[in-house]
Amino acid sequence: MDLRTFFEMGGYAEYVWPAYGLTALILIWNTWSALHSETEAQDAARRRLELARENRS
Amino acid sequence: MIRTPIREAAKLVFTRDLTLAWRRWDEVAQPLIFYVVVTTMFPLATTPDMSALREISGGVVWVAALLASLLALEALFRADVEDGTMEQWVLSGQPLGWLLLAKVAAHWVLTGLPLVVMSPIVGTGLGLPYDAWGVLMLSLLLGTGTLSVLGGIGAALTVGVRRGSVLLSLLVLPLAMPLLIFGARAVGMQMDGDSPAGPLQLLAAIFFMALSLGPIAMSAAIRISVEN
Amino acid sequence: MWTWFHKLASPPHAYRILGRIAPWFGWSSLALILLATWWGLVRAPADYQQGDGFRILYVHAPSAWMSMFTYVVMAVAAAVGLVWRIKLAHAAAAACAPIGASFTFLALATGSIWGKPMWGTWWVWDARLTSELLLLFLYLGYMALRASFDDPQRADRASAVLAIVGVINVPIIHYSVEWWTTLHQPASVTKLDKPSIQIAMLIPLFIMMAGFQLYFGWAISRRLRGEILRRERNAGWLKEAS
Repeated sequence: MDLRTFFEMGGYAEYVWPAYGLTALILIWNTWSALHSETEAQDAARRRLELARENRS
Repeated sequence: MIRTPIREAAKLVFTRDLTLAWRRWDEVAQPLIFYVVVTTMFPLATTPDMSALREISGGVVWVAALLASLLALEALFRADVEDGTMEQWVLSGQPLGWLLLAKVAAHWVLTGLPLVVMSPIVGTGLGLPYDAWGVLMLSLLLGTGTLSVLGGIGAALTVGVRRGSVLLSLLVLPLAMPLLIFGARAVGMQMDGDSPAGPLQLLAAIFFMALSLGPIAMSAAIRISVEN
Repeated sequence: MWTWFHKLASPPHAYRILGRIAPWFGWSSLALILLATWWGLVRAPADYQQGDGFRILYVHAPSAWMSMFTYVVMAVAAAVGLVWRIKLAHAAAAACAPIGASFTFLALATGSIWGKPMWGTWWVWDARLTSELLLLFLYLGYMALRASFDDPQRADRASAVLAIVGVINVPIIHYSVEWWTTLHQPASVTKLDKPSIQIAMLIPLFIMMAGFQLYFGWAISRRLRGEILRRERNAGWLKEAS
């Protein structure tokens, strides 16, 4: 398949590309969201530990 | 310890709820009025042409009945949970599922049954023919009964949640879609001259399944909501 | 065998293991998804009827599959958590929800986009799309119920009941929606179902499915680690973990 056909997708470009683009977007968002949820929980846990340490001393 | 047989306990619950509701009949009337108002909205929003309305009459009556039932469901367990009665039931050692089913049954008599009885009247307003009345009422009988059980599960889950009525609808409506599909289609098929036996039988099957499994889910949900 | 199971259900152990396997899931899923994308867009032959438009299948079908797979995993995890009172299982169910909901949304969106050139409208009430829509409602209801509780234990258990009730309903919903669509004998046969499919067209589909599954493994690992930390408020093992 040459580059032109690739971009035009046999005339269906305005459907195929948004579909794949949306897929990429959703996967990227999910990736960010999962990582964010993990790191946020890690930060919160770290903070709780420090507070506990301070309270004990 | 003297233990009341569950049959008697359930009957007590049932009659108690009916008696309480009798004293507050306006609460019982509200869903019914809502029902009539909502069905009136459809011709106003679309067309006064009876033959066009006839096409969707079964569906509209069904949707309005579902919505009206949902309105009334939020309060199903609220009062008993708030004043501690529910906690007593959980601790009583009686089979909780039966007690809850008795409550749901009373609730159905007060909301679902009136909707079923009113349905030919509101249906006629939408062009529903006389020979479809039987199927309409039977389908709604089974449908509202199932919805009371499903709604009971939802109400038990959301009883502690503030402004839980919208959440309750959001939880129960997707589960009720099959009821709507089969119920409205049964009426439609009857109007088209086909036999509505298929969807009616499916409605009945779902109803009995809800009746047997519902109380288990309801008592699990109530225990979760009431325990500390 | 039970000791292995109990060990796995122990949060610190699970936290460690998930942290180790996540990168494997992540990179392999990325590789497979990219491979499937290239294969599906470039190498696979165009469809006889739908031309290059059918290539949307390679993102639509795996999304739809994952949306249903995730719901089942969520319901099973919730049931395990409810019956055996295993916190980790509840955490897993919670982690599944946003993943499943986004796959469902993706399945709906790609299905709708695919429908436009094929059927001429942005939406059709066909059996599969309608079922996906109802599945989205189930996910949203689950997440809304979870969010409405302040007490995390109550949130876990209430949403578990809902997930179980929902999963029992899923086959009923599917059947009723299918029955509902067949009644009206649509004029055009569902082209979404089967483009004239050859093996060469199926390969990228399988690769993409595998890629999505591995992606699910990665996303669940990461989210579950977060859920574990949130639930283990004052446990001593947290010190080592950081």
